[in-house]
Amino acid sequence: MDFNLVMPTTLDSLHLLLGVNCLVLLIFAIVLGFRKKAVSPEPVESPEPISEVEPDKKASKDSPTLVASKPDSAMQVLGLLQQEARFVDFLKEDLTGFSDQEIGAVARVVHEGGKKMLDQYFALEPVRSEEEESRVTLQPGFNSSENRITGNVVGNPPFNGVLVHRGWKVVKVDLPKIADGHDTRVIAPAEVEL
Amino acid sequence: MSETSRFCVGIDLGTTNCVMSFLDLSDDSGAVHGVFDVPQLTQPGNYESHNQLPSFLYQSHEAEVSAQELELPWGASSHSIAGYAARNMGAKTPLRLVSSAKSWLCHAGVDRRSNFLPLEAPDEVEKVSPIAATVAYLSHLKSAWDHAHPDVPLEQQDVVITVPASFDPAARDLTAEAAKSLNLQQLTLLEEPLAAVYSWVKNCDDQWRSQVSVGDIILVVDIGGGTTDLSLVAVTEEEGNLTLNRIAVGDHILLGGDNMDLALAYRVKAKLEQEGKSIQQWQIQALTHGCRDAKETLLADNDTHSVPIVVPSRGSKLLGSTLRTELTRDEVEQTLVDGFFPKVDIQEHPRQMPRGALTQMGLPYAQDAGVTRHLAAFLSRQAGANPDPLATSPNFIKPTAVLLNGGVLKAPKLIDRLLSVLNGWLNDAGEDSVTLLSGGDLDLGVAKGAAYYGYVRKGHGVRVRGGLASAYYVGIESSMPAVPGMPAPIQALCVAPFGMEEGTETVPSPRQFGLVVGEPVQFHFFGSTVRRDDEVGALLDSWADQELEELPFIQANLSLDGRSVGEVVPVQLCAKVTELGTLCLEAIACDNQQRWQVEFEVRD
Repeated sequence: MDFNLVMPTTLDSLHLLLGVNCLVLLIFAIVLGFRKKAVSPEPVESPEPISEVEPDKKASKDSPTLVASKPDSAMQVLGLLQQEARFVDFLKEDLTGFSDQEIGAVARVVHEGGKKMLDQYFALEPVRSEEEESRVTLQPGFNSSENRITGNVVGNPPFNGVLVHRGWKVVKVDLPKIADGHDTRVIAPAEVEL
Repeated sequence: MSETSRFCVGIDLGTTNCVMSFLDLSDDSGAVHGVFDVPQLTQPGNYESHNQLPSFLYQSHEAEVSAQELELPWGASSHSIAGYAARNMGAKTPLRLVSSAKSWLCHAGVDRRSNFLPLEAPDEVEKVSPIAATVAYLSHLKSAWDHAHPDVPLEQQDVVITVPASFDPAARDLTAEAAKSLNLQQLTLLEEPLAAVYSWVKNCDDQWRSQVSVGDIILVVDIGGGTTDLSLVAVTEEEGNLTLNRIAVGDHILLGGDNMDLALAYRVKAKLEQEGKSIQQWQIQALTHGCRDAKETLLADNDTHSVPIVVPSRGSKLLGSTLRTELTRDEVEQTLVDGFFPKVDIQEHPRQMPRGALTQMGLPYAQDAGVTRHLAAFLSRQAGANPDPLATSPNFIKPTAVLLNGGVLKAPKLIDRLLSVLNGWLNDAGEDSVTLLSGGDLDLGVAKGAAYYGYVRKGHGVRVRGGLASAYYVGIESSMPAVPGMPAPIQALCVAPFGMEEGTETVPSPRQFGLVVGEPVQFHFFGSTVRRDDEVGALLDSWADQELEELPFIQANLSLDGRSVGEVVPVQLCAKVTELGTLCLEAIACDNQQRWQVEFEVRD
């Protein structure tokens, strides 16, 4: 293995890299979530916001269970991430040959912008409020979309286990509305300075 | 105000942001209120709703964006874009961006109806006047409201628009004119610091009485993005009830949060240049942005010593061309706390007072960035403003409480410094320190207070008495033999006394003027925020430096109306303050009481 295991020069950039990785995963989770169902750009109102974000179960009666995705929202989210956080620019870069310090500086751009974007358009909350690594009990009839059981999965609920990850769920989406003729495929227009 | 309107809508037409707030008048408790989220373009083809509409207008090129991508939810599509998209696009193409229209609206040195914005743009860019830009922002807000509330269109609601306390009569007239051109007839103007006070009263839910007592003088410090406004409100007693009286307003100071962000950006630029890196204009923008965010962290009470500032490259390659530096706590404190809020004595005033009438084009930005020096000057000028006859204020008026407004004053370090300087002056004079009033809303308070004012006008809650914050005078050239090289000495005749209340009218001034029919006659016009005791007809031969401020010329234009051209009509001048909150000056013919309005805004 030709892994060059150099520790980042500062703790700062290590954290940032980790942070950005988390962000990347989170964003993909969200984008994938969108692919399950195209969320309308209308703000999702409380108090029943979850049903809007979850895959539509009622519709599956007559229609096939797999709903064809409308990629517009996904591209819109990508566009917002590119615009605020230079997300696509960053992921498309070849990091080879750059120091962690240089990467760390760019990671800040991605992190700050990504956080701003996330805070502005999404309301997120952990699925579970308990501390991670604490013991939790899942009662019979627990929501299996919200709680993924792993490991020694035998017997019947109630299940007792350790909360490994608190989970995240989107409780509100408020994406910009898009004009009819707007081409969402262009997530960043070419810029020509005159 | 109409009996039928359901809402009172407050509009804060800020220099950098507009906010619209509403209160349901059909609910007597006044409890149903909120801030209206304004749909707007954030970039071509994208709409979002935000509680602020940035006060920018971008005159887009026809090849720049398609009409389709400019279409607003209510169907309108215009190449003039308002709001976030305008600000964002203008950052990259400043020559098409109209900004600070409000500052131009109160700039006496220009014709405010002529189309000259964006300033210095090439001829092909469509120009607008400061008043047209104001109409554009109001029109956007109105369309947005009507689109969201088709049953209760804005035209049928009570509308309160806030203006800086320091707006001259012409600027107030123009603001009212802008609103009326959109058919907003149920209109009232309210001074911004008063709106902030109303918002505080509302937020305190009547507990405000426990925060102040009779004899208190509240200093309202409003530092917005582009301007600083100072006002004094006295707490008095009337029939056993606490009442609030606005007793003084300061000059219009073009100095605000944007100056602070820019100052930091230039400081960081200098630092980067010392490291041998060259900074281009487009990077300043990103630096300013980064500094604005970093400032908030560093001015808070925490242990952060430095915040990294990163300027990403413009191209798609980020690595290797991204600039990184740091902004330290020391730098922020030196630049902002010491630079904008220097520790000064009460005698230290700005190096140059804001100018009245400028002839060159350009906004009269404050030349002295020291907010505390402006404050010292204001308190010293208003030494005699205290309504309490027993109060001794030989050098400066001594506030006992402070109410803050404006986003800049979110920073605890800036508040600490402001209060410590102010308390220093007070303690040196043997007075107690001020109380900081809590319960204001720094960003949205003015708009919220404006909506609440509509509720107060219906007879609920406490009313802050204002009236004219200036006395007004017309200049009379005295009949003396001309001395070569010397302008004829001018006397000032008081036509509107200080504190005149809305809905009142003066008796005609005893002095008669001969005006020529069909020929515009111009008068010198003066305002004074310190001469409180001059009555109508008072004639001043001389006045202390800066006691009277010369305003733009005003003009009487006697129409024919059955008279013949060239006829000289003896007239008297009479002032009234409308319910709307504007000053109105009329020439009344002595023979048949015919009236002509005197124009504050002389058209070229």
